[in-house]
Amino acid sequence: MKFRPPEAFQPPTATGYRLLPFRFGRLPSRPDEVLVTGDSGRFAFLSDTDFRAFANHRLDPNATLTLDLEGLDLLYRGDGPIPLDRHAVAWRTRKAFVLEGPTLHIFVVSLRCHHSCQYCQVSRQPEGGAGFDMDEATARAAVDRLFESPARQLTVEFQGGEPLLAFDRIRGIVEDVAERNRTARRTITFVLASTLHGVTAEQLAFFREHRFELSTSLDGPESLHNLNRPTPTRDSYARTMAGVATAREVLGNEHVNALTTLTRASLTHPEAVVDHYIEQGFSSIFLRPLSPYGFAKRGLARQGYSTAEFLAFYRRALAYLIRRNLEGHAISEAYATLLLTSILTPFAHGYMDLRSPAGAGLGVLVYDHDGKVYPSDESRMLAAEGDERFCLGSVHEPHRDLMLSEPMQAILAAGLTEALPGCSDCVFQPYCGADPVDAYARQGDVYGHRPTSAFCARQTGMFELLFGYLREGDPDVVRVFQSWVRRRSPKEMRSERPVVFHAAA
Amino acid sequence: MQPHDAPASFEGTPAHRLLKVVDGLTFALGDTPPERCAWLAPGSESVVPDLPWGAVLTGPGQPTGRDDRPAIEAGSDDSGADLGETDALPRVRLAHAAAAAPGDVIELLPERGRIRTRYRRGANANTLFATERCNSFCLMCSQPPRQVADDWRVQDMLDVIALLDRDTPELGISGGEPTLLGDGLVDVLRACRERLPDTPIHVLSNGRLFGKTGLAGAIAALKHPNLTWGVPLYADVASVHDYVVQSSGAFEETVRGLLVMASKGLSIEIRVVLTAPTVARLPALAEFVYRHVSSAVHVAFMGLEPIGFALANRDALWVDPEDMAKSLTQAVHHLANRGMTVSLYNLPLCVLPAELRPFARRSISDWKQRYLDACAGCAARDACAGFFEWVKPGWLPRGIRPLNAHEVAEA
Repeated sequence: MKFRPPEAFQPPTATGYRLLPFRFGRLPSRPDEVLVTGDSGRFAFLSDTDFRAFANHRLDPNATLTLDLEGLDLLYRGDGPIPLDRHAVAWRTRKAFVLEGPTLHIFVVSLRCHHSCQYCQVSRQPEGGAGFDMDEATARAAVDRLFESPARQLTVEFQGGEPLLAFDRIRGIVEDVAERNRTARRTITFVLASTLHGVTAEQLAFFREHRFELSTSLDGPESLHNLNRPTPTRDSYARTMAGVATAREVLGNEHVNALTTLTRASLTHPEAVVDHYIEQGFSSIFLRPLSPYGFAKRGLARQGYSTAEFLAFYRRALAYLIRRNLEGHAISEAYATLLLTSILTPFAHGYMDLRSPAGAGLGVLVYDHDGKVYPSDESRMLAAEGDERFCLGSVHEPHRDLMLSEPMQAILAAGLTEALPGCSDCVFQPYCGADPVDAYARQGDVYGHRPTSAFCARQTGMFELLFGYLREGDPDVVRVFQSWVRRRSPKEMRSERPVVFHAAA
Repeated sequence: MQPHDAPASFEGTPAHRLLKVVDGLTFALGDTPPERCAWLAPGSESVVPDLPWGAVLTGPGQPTGRDDRPAIEAGSDDSGADLGETDALPRVRLAHAAAAAPGDVIELLPERGRIRTRYRRGANANTLFATERCNSFCLMCSQPPRQVADDWRVQDMLDVIALLDRDTPELGISGGEPTLLGDGLVDVLRACRERLPDTPIHVLSNGRLFGKTGLAGAIAALKHPNLTWGVPLYADVASVHDYVVQSSGAFEETVRGLLVMASKGLSIEIRVVLTAPTVARLPALAEFVYRHVSSAVHVAFMGLEPIGFALANRDALWVDPEDMAKSLTQAVHHLANRGMTVSLYNLPLCVLPAELRPFARRSISDWKQRYLDACAGCAARDACAGFFEWVKPGWLPRGIRPLNAHEVAEA
């Protein structure tokens, strides 16, 4: 019969291979190896020798390593045209958010709050202050802008201040949105970011009716939480947990989430913070460092810490979280989950702060209580400090004008990691994002300066930590990571070895 | 699929070669005109209803009383005697009563003295054979292709579809490469949608033509509610896949075809036959599928079928299940952990690692499936794929043994 041998289907040896776009770098924990990443997020660890052979076209075209790298889309052995369609589809999948338009619409219904947190990102006002609530005309115009966004899936998030202090406005907006959506037919998720202090049965019934996701702040054990979040009555923790308990009863545990803001006082207690979340029955914890805005900027001397201190904390917390997961407690770390989703899946994670093009404005719009529109929460906070640079305009201007405004053009120009100095050739570029507002807030310039950027240092540290775990390849750790990406319990994950992650001998 | 032929003797000349086998209930519940039906006479004494049947079927001739279970009971060999007006109808006497049952679709082959079952009601697999032609030449092809002009099969498939039970549980379309029929395949799928809207249709295709024709768009426009494409992928790199399918450029065509199919919203199943060249890169293939065809609704890893071209290429293809256990486990877990649905076909439970047994399906069509002497006393038989009827020495895995009840419970 006329069957041909395997050699008949190999490209001619003389053809060699062509390199596809890649970036490379070394992990501090593996200085003798090179991490290579492709445009669409596939990656390999190579020995230094193999890497040099690979990059210099000296690999044997029919060696197993060469085939592995071809399968990872890092090189192409054929002598025909490179199959760009496959790469284009992979890239488009990861950038799908670009075509959606803004999906997250934040309504700041009140600046009033009963807390006086040192690290507050927002210029909050006293509980009884007047003139800090969103009026009806502003709310209606903001809903106009919401439905002008082309996105099929919309998230309407209520923020403050403490938005529950303006519950009637929330109700008005939700009812307006629901009414208009009978013809607009978008998929809409409502989110409330609240301390949940004093949340009432009537309010919770309303949230259930409209399938709200509730997001609150819980900084850890009672003493730490109350230290971080002072109220006149010094019972913030007790009141938040009372709100969490009643909210869970009405909405179900999975619809009540919590965020942690880390102060200097938190950094010495990673295990206690993690254990507290487990004890309180949360399935996710978001270990957020302080952001350099608002009151936090002023309180920085007392509560702040360096990126190195944060990373040391985070390293300990992550190791402890992995251990607790393997002991049977299914709890994920939200930021690691976002980064791992970007590393281990063909999809985008959707997190606004880590997009390229930037999420500011392209993914998020913020409607402030006074009718001003911002491309992100951070730019609203800058405005509260007196710098209106990122104000896109008024809620009474059409979506198109807001998107074509001068601040949006600045964000677009500085919002592509593919093009930013220090990002474009970074090995972690496929997984990272640009945040021009953050760069401006920290460094006074939308482009930022990577070597001195705290954002870059933190991102790099996180990626090095996660890729270090992946390189080690402990099947149990991989199983925990995969369970976070899949939002399942680690017990549901089967043992797997990351053999396809690295081609090193 | 291998057609089932059965001997039969003929009286008279049938006007139609394709007929639906009916008894009173099947006829009454169906919508097939009597001209396109073969009346299955339950016994020699039974009255044939006075309708212009396409043919009358009788059993091989043991005189018995009336019985309403025709597949078991046979009729008299003197069947023509008392049938009055229906005397003029073509008569087909089956050599084996079980060769036809109500609901089946049969093809009459009077010149050869046989009937051929084209659809069997209640079988676990029914398949329409689309063409003998193929644009690949796979090392392990179970249905070696032939370059013949068989476009007539389009009309033949349309004729069979018109006779199928409206509640047909599932239907396969296979070849050869069905997409070589082009618009003819679209016509067949349209007929499936119209005649059998609730029947899942499963087409086996190498996907190569989808990347360079408008076929995907034409099929998407049918809006068939339950149509899946089983597309084989044998490696993450071109040289290995192209070797297995013996066709240079096939890998890039198939991958491009898959992307086009996915972009048109077609439902894709990836089928991986476990041959030696494929097994060598199996975990990498799993990750490739997840990265590039993540919308696939199903990934099936399939044991090699010892038939067709595989017989000539055994040494290049055969891997004992025990020797592939590690890479197969890695590939299956990798995909399952990423939320993809994974199945193992054609692999007996006893030769799989315990952790893979939950993925194994009883996949071999009932008419070509068997168990071995070594299977005696096995507690898992009812759940096990067993072996192909034509399995032979050199194709038997090591370690075939009966599983005990404890092992079955674990799976």
